[in-house]
Amino acid sequence: MLCVYIRHISPSIHHLSLMGSMSNKSEIRLLGTTASPYVNRVQFALNLKSIEYEYVQEDLKAGKSELLLTSNPVHKKVPVLLHADKPPICESQIIVEYLDEIRPDLYQLLPSLSLDRANSRFWATYIDTKFFPLYEELRRTTKKAGQDAIKEEMIDATQLLEEAFIKSSNGKAYFGGDRVGYLDVILGCFLRWIKHVDELNDFNTFDEVRVPELAKWANNIWSHEALESVAPGKETLVYFFGLIHVYRPPYQ
Amino acid sequence: MTDEVKLYGVEVSPFVARVKIALNLKGINYEFIQEDLDNKSPDLLKYNPVLKKVPVLVHNGNPISESLVIIEYIDEVWKGVPIMPKDAYEKAQAQFWAKVIDDKCHPAVLKAILSHGEEQAVAEADEQLQFLENELKVKGSKFFGGDNIGLVDICAGYTIFWVGAAEEALGIELVAKDKFPKITEWSDNCINCQAVKDGLPTRDGLVAFYNRLFGKAE
Repeated sequence: MLCVYIRHISPSIHHLSLMGSMSNKSEIRLLGTTASPYVNRVQFALNLKSIEYEYVQEDLKAGKSELLLTSNPVHKKVPVLLHADKPPICESQIIVEYLDEIRPDLYQLLPSLSLDRANSRFWATYIDTKFFPLYEELRRTTKKAGQDAIKEEMIDATQLLEEAFIKSSNGKAYFGGDRVGYLDVILGCFLRWIKHVDELNDFNTFDEVRVPELAKWANNIWSHEALESVAPGKETLVYFFGLIHVYRPPYQ
Repeated sequence: MTDEVKLYGVEVSPFVARVKIALNLKGINYEFIQEDLDNKSPDLLKYNPVLKKVPVLVHNGNPISESLVIIEYIDEVWKGVPIMPKDAYEKAQAQFWAKVIDDKCHPAVLKAILSHGEEQAVAEADEQLQFLENELKVKGSKFFGGDNIGLVDICAGYTIFWVGAAEEALGIELVAKDKFPKITEWSDNCINCQAVKDGLPTRDGLVAFYNRLFGKAE
């Protein structure tokens, strides 16, 4: 396979080298946008594992760069991981697992036991296919009856996640137990986005009466150094939401 | 200690079929419990309380749900014929294509079937299948990952078989075989594997299922 995608990089992309060393050809490059929770997810994992990477920011207003379009022709979405001269790896959950595979010696994210791994993967699938899509639904739903119905679903979903957390954490602070693990990364990356949608909709996802353990967990993860350093600030979120409102507008 | 392996499912679900195929590849003895999805068993609801769906694998009393999660679990626990590629990069690619199949191809093909071949639905299914066709063309191998059957083959290698049964029940062509020569060839290769053959429902059984389904729709 030719590395066609490397040849042309749109001038609107600027490089932010976050982990220190300015090598000419970074082993790992991550294509992303600051406000994307899926991109944050990968950054969270990279930071926990202390893996150096070059971050390549997509400028959303300029339209999708050629690098992105050729790197991820199927989905045309970020994040995309470029590792040395290999063809790109897409899908945040897959990228996180890949990072664990290539560097299991650096802060292993997935648990060791097969049953625990299956459990982690199950909940990751649930979070991505059932839980988080509710927030997009809510953003796009304008009628109150619809909004209330979605909030009910969110309450049910967080109840399930609360139970999952209690089982997984075994009395400790994280899904991963004593330390941040795979599920903490998978769910933690959404916190700022969720809070923003909550505020716009008079809702509190991680309410400490309804889901006390998750509420504590959310506080812990919010300020975790490996995530906080890459998570979007309020202004960025507001700006990003503005753009999304145009590309994926509310339902009529 | 002998392993106790149970699989809760329905014969006509391709997601259940893929788990059966994985179990067959590993030579695992298992008990298949046929569920009635309109009247789910207490066991199924106990083992998959969150999603209440099939397939569910129960290994020594421990339930695992979601077909892709189940297959990775099977591959990790039982040695023998490998299902996931060993190389981390190849594994990521296999997982990516399995996800494309589940998120894009499968729903589009299902929509084409359920809409009785409505033009727009078929066009969308064709678009999704084209990605798969192109990838197979580039790879040029017998199976998706190379010479041996693996994850992606297990997930979608029998697409043509499945669609073919729906086509017979509907009496129309949904996926033009001449448009997708690679997928067609790949499907033949996969179905010729014993493990796959043993995991699929019979052609007649599947056609009968679609006949009933379309009968209801009418």
